[in-house]
Amino acid sequence: MNYKLIASISISLLMARWRQTLVAAIGVTFSITMFVGLLSFMSGLNDMLDGLILNRTAHIRLYKEIKPSKQQPIDISNEFKNYHNFIRSVKPKNERLELYDAAGIMNALKNDERVVGVVPKVTTQVFYNVGALDINGIIDGIDAAEESRLFQFKDYVVDGNYLDLKNTPNSIILGKGVAEKMMVQLGDVIVVTTSKGEQISLKVVGLFQSGIRDIDIVQSYCSLNTTQRLLGESSTYITDIQVKLKDVSLAPLIAKEYENVFHLDALDIQTANAQFETGSFIRTLISYSVGITLLIVAGFGIYNILNMMIYEKMDSIAILKATGFSGKDVNAIFILIASTIGIVGGIFGLAFGLGLSVIIDHVPFNTASLPAIKTYPINYNPKIYLIGLSFSIVTTYFAGYFPARRASKIDPVIIIRGK
Amino acid sequence: MSNVILKTEQISKYFHDPISVKVLKDISFEILKGEFISVIGKSGCGKSTLLYILSTMDTDYEGALWIEGENMGNKNEAELARVRNEKIGFVFQFHYLLNEFSVLKNVMLPGLKLGNISEKEIEHNAFEKLKLLGIEKEALKKPNQLSGGEKQRVAIARALINNPMIIMADEPTGNLDKKNSEIVFNIFQELSSLYNQSLLIVTHDNEFANRTNRIIEMEDGKIIKM
Ligand SMILES: Nc1ncnc2c1ncn2[C@@H]1O[C@H](COP(=O)(O)OP(=O)(O)OP(=O)(O)O)[C@@H](O)[C@H]1O
Ligand SMILES: [Mg+2]
Repeated sequence: MNYKLIASISISLLMARWRQTLVAAIGVTFSITMFVGLLSFMSGLNDMLDGLILNRTAHIRLYKEIKPSKQQPIDISNEFKNYHNFIRSVKPKNERLELYDAAGIMNALKNDERVVGVVPKVTTQVFYNVGALDINGIIDGIDAAEESRLFQFKDYVVDGNYLDLKNTPNSIILGKGVAEKMMVQLGDVIVVTTSKGEQISLKVVGLFQSGIRDIDIVQSYCSLNTTQRLLGESSTYITDIQVKLKDVSLAPLIAKEYENVFHLDALDIQTANAQFETGSFIRTLISYSVGITLLIVAGFGIYNILNMMIYEKMDSIAILKATGFSGKDVNAIFILIASTIGIVGGIFGLAFGLGLSVIIDHVPFNTASLPAIKTYPINYNPKIYLIGLSFSIVTTYFAGYFPARRASKIDPVIIIRGK
Repeated sequence: MSNVILKTEQISKYFHDPISVKVLKDISFEILKGEFISVIGKSGCGKSTLLYILSTMDTDYEGALWIEGENMGNKNEAELARVRNEKIGFVFQFHYLLNEFSVLKNVMLPGLKLGNISEKEIEHNAFEKLKLLGIEKEALKKPNQLSGGEKQRVAIARALINNPMIIMADEPTGNLDKKNSEIVFNIFQELSSLYNQSLLIVTHDNEFANRTNRIIEMEDGKIIKM
């Protein structure tokens, strides 16, 4: 087939109807622009919302849960061995929440090559003293540097320096909600009552805002040492081990494994945050549906213009065939016309889509609950552009396929006789 | 017998809509190289129908069509297109030029499709053909800027571009006045006598027919004189 000739005929036919061609191409451009803009925004939003919880949540959390014994007395009875037993009588016993040999476990985890990092944590309940009032609270003892490296802790410290937690003895980073209630600022000293009833003074070196109010009105952070002292425990006392994995999707599997190896409770991120996965999935689904619908509409636009063109160019097609062009040539001409509209429209669509994304990316988006975010989130994933372009090519190909086939089947005798 | 360029054997053709009618009945004849033939007959006797079959555009017939010793019944659509492109120049009553292209490009198109020689040479040849027909001055115009007679001459130039084995024409002067008809006829005659071009022309013009080498007369789907 002589591609140069086919191309030159296609272009001439396009030019003869450039207005309609332009409208069809603009249809494609518009739909690809919206497709790219929408998906970039939606997946940016997904990333942001995921980041809100998932980024600073351990992929696997090892801890000890207070719960009733798995073996209830009735299970031991021979008589009811093959029955479904639901009578539970033994209550949970008062166990220490401490993880035995935490250092050993952490060493073992650090040597696991699927693991990026491991940080210990000590959690304790406290009361923040405000005048005559005691406010319920939780203090997590953390290694501020490691916690930042693995779980972006520093992004949420909105005031003060997170490293002061380590450098200043007896310091605390207060939840913003707590600080507001207590009417304290950076540098102030507060008093907390520990679960043992002791009162301890701590210096406020930072304020912390997670974006989730329920957390911000109870949660504060101290160093591991300080927290262990609040509890009156030794420096080996650890209640949680947080693990970050190389591949987060393996979390449920590895959690099961650790549970068996270390005889601890292991919670994986997917189980802990199932609702986020669902939300992300639905948002992605909606954006794809809207994008594809737009493309199909654009496809009909192309289908229409081609059909019209073929109707008008019956005589030309007949004469091309009479002078030696085969059905295949005619088919190629119209497929080429459709593809040109699709590809040119698509490429402009990608460019405009990128433009739209950049614009959205610069629209200020200040919300108290998301301190790390200043503008609307956009994901510039090349995958979106690739999908957009592929879709535009596929849609226009199909939009061109049937008209082109019709044109290739035109019988020149009928046209010529019809005159 | 290498002089026979086109031969039909018992060609019959039916139309089935609205009722089955046999419009061509056992047509058998031969065309020799260099012959200038006219086909005449009353309106509706099947001249155009026969011409469409001979030009390989209509494949729905009984009997056999041989062009330069090859049986057309064995060829597929693309191969027939190739035969039309290479061996047959067609001129219609209505000129059928493509208004999207210049006159010159219109003449070049079948040559470009054949692709035996470079685009430059095709352009040169096309210009030569236009010159031969005395319309080289219009080469860069669009077809819709030409008169009917000029358009018909462009169509003849296009039919000539690949130096076809035969030129077939269906009432090429049917739409033209006396003067333009005369011009077109003279062109055909010149092609025949100077270039030994084979021609098969369907016409209603008996005066025209009488000046050709051979007349095939049809009546009611049959050849009654040849
Ligand atoms: N598509 C068709 N369906 C049914 N009958 C047809 C069709 N085309 C042509 N015919 C019939 O076939 C016969 C021959 O038609 P054809 O066009 O070959 O005649 P013609 O000799 O070229 O006439 P004219 O000199 O008027 O052009 C006519 O009787 C016509 O009615
Ligand atoms: Mg006719």
